[in-house]
Amino acid sequence: MHVFLRENVRLISMEENQELEQAKKERRLVIPGDHLGDEQAGHGTYVVEGKVYSKYIGLAEVRNGKHIVIPLAGVYSPKRGDGVIGKITDIIFQKWIVDINSPYEAVLPLSDAVEGFVDLTKEDLTRYFDYGDIIFAEISNVNRQKQVQLSMRSPKCRKLWGGRLIKVTPAKVPRIIGRQGSMVEMIKKLTGTQIVVGQNGIVWVRGDNEDLAAETVLTVERLSHKGGLTDYIKETLEKKVAELKPVKDEEKVEEAEENLEESGEEEL
Amino acid sequence: MKESKVKDEKRVDGRDFDETRPIEAKAGILHRAQGSAMFKFGSTMAIAGVFGPRKVFPKHKEKAERAILRTDYRMAPFSTKERSRPGPSRRSTEISFVTRNAILPVIVTEDFPKTSIDVVVEVLQADASTRCCGINAAVLALADAGVPMRDLVVSCSAGKVNGKIILDIAGEEDTEGEVDMPVAWYPKRKEITLLQMDGIVTPGEAKEILHLALKGCERIYKDMQESLRSKYTIEESKGDV
Repeated sequence: MHVFLRENVRLISMEENQELEQAKKERRLVIPGDHLGDEQAGHGTYVVEGKVYSKYIGLAEVRNGKHIVIPLAGVYSPKRGDGVIGKITDIIFQKWIVDINSPYEAVLPLSDAVEGFVDLTKEDLTRYFDYGDIIFAEISNVNRQKQVQLSMRSPKCRKLWGGRLIKVTPAKVPRIIGRQGSMVEMIKKLTGTQIVVGQNGIVWVRGDNEDLAAETVLTVERLSHKGGLTDYIKETLEKKVAELKPVKDEEKVEEAEENLEESGEEEL
Repeated sequence: MKESKVKDEKRVDGRDFDETRPIEAKAGILHRAQGSAMFKFGSTMAIAGVFGPRKVFPKHKEKAERAILRTDYRMAPFSTKERSRPGPSRRSTEISFVTRNAILPVIVTEDFPKTSIDVVVEVLQADASTRCCGINAAVLALADAGVPMRDLVVSCSAGKVNGKIILDIAGEEDTEGEVDMPVAWYPKRKEITLLQMDGIVTPGEAKEILHLALKGCERIYKDMQESLRSKYTIEESKGDV
């Protein structure tokens, strides 16, 4: 798995910071044990004697009359209906074991992965998914014992070939997707790459501008708590794409020349 | 000639009797750990790293309905004046155990059944109260890792040196003092999660020492909360580097 490291990415600039300050006023930074209010409790909170407290270091807000805390760090906890990106780690009888970047491993049964009849006496399951393959699948069920079941029935589900994987904090995935997918769609369009985002904090990127797309995704993750992010990212990305293009053309010319020289030598 | 460790009004290092050493706390110092923190009591310094919630290994230790917490306290060989032998010892096993017990009440272990949360505390410089320092570092690291917690646990020590009751014993006071009492405090529930003591005291003195330690905890609690908040405010306002 190629994981793009956070350390490689440049830190925040001044303008980015100013906009962050604005966003901070709307959502409050809380730490475990902070008192949020006396109303209804939602995700990331706990209640003692009618008072709601935060369970995480995160951003507190009121959504639908409920206090919720969006954690700023943490591992992925599987939820039914989530689309996740995973890696096949094992094949046992008629099911695949999938690593979904969570403390719990997921199981993909053959019946939920392949259509039609598969004769196990004649066919090897590696024909469909081999060890180490990356797949996008949907969580069809999670029981109380935290046994996770995957399904490939949805048309979105497929095997992901090539490309690279980026790890982000699962809590920030909604921001990367944007409202009705506006953020990913924009990044896809401007960089000309294919992007698939898993709810478990794994993002798959493939295309010529992988580097740029990966960097953009990580920038979105880092600035996820600020408003008007889509427009801001669009602006900066457009600039970067414009910078990138002429360079690429020159490279191509140089490459072509090198190729010419090489082929000339061969002829001699 | 032996010098008295407590002079008329001040202590050997010039502190008041109810004053802690300067505190420094920082969350998020290691890249490879899920969460990490550094905590300093004057020249006593500990770092902590948190891994998990993750799959339990060996598997028979896993609990079906909650996460298990495992702590490991170590002292670096160079942390003391004389080289301390690396590897587990009677002392480090004990401190790992009390650290775990001190922290466990605040962690919402039911949120991640069948997993383990592993905390490693490494003491880099030892100058008394290393277990308190270790607990504080571990708690900050857990919060930084996004482990669900009800509150922070704070730890501080107090004791008796030359007949005076003092807060946060350091250096010579520790080796030559009469009593040393490390305490960990769960502020929201007003519970004591760690209480150890060595030395001989009267019940009245013991109470007095405990109250002083709790007063110290309340103060450190604020510092720790501040350090956690500042991780994000500083990170967000950092310029291009």
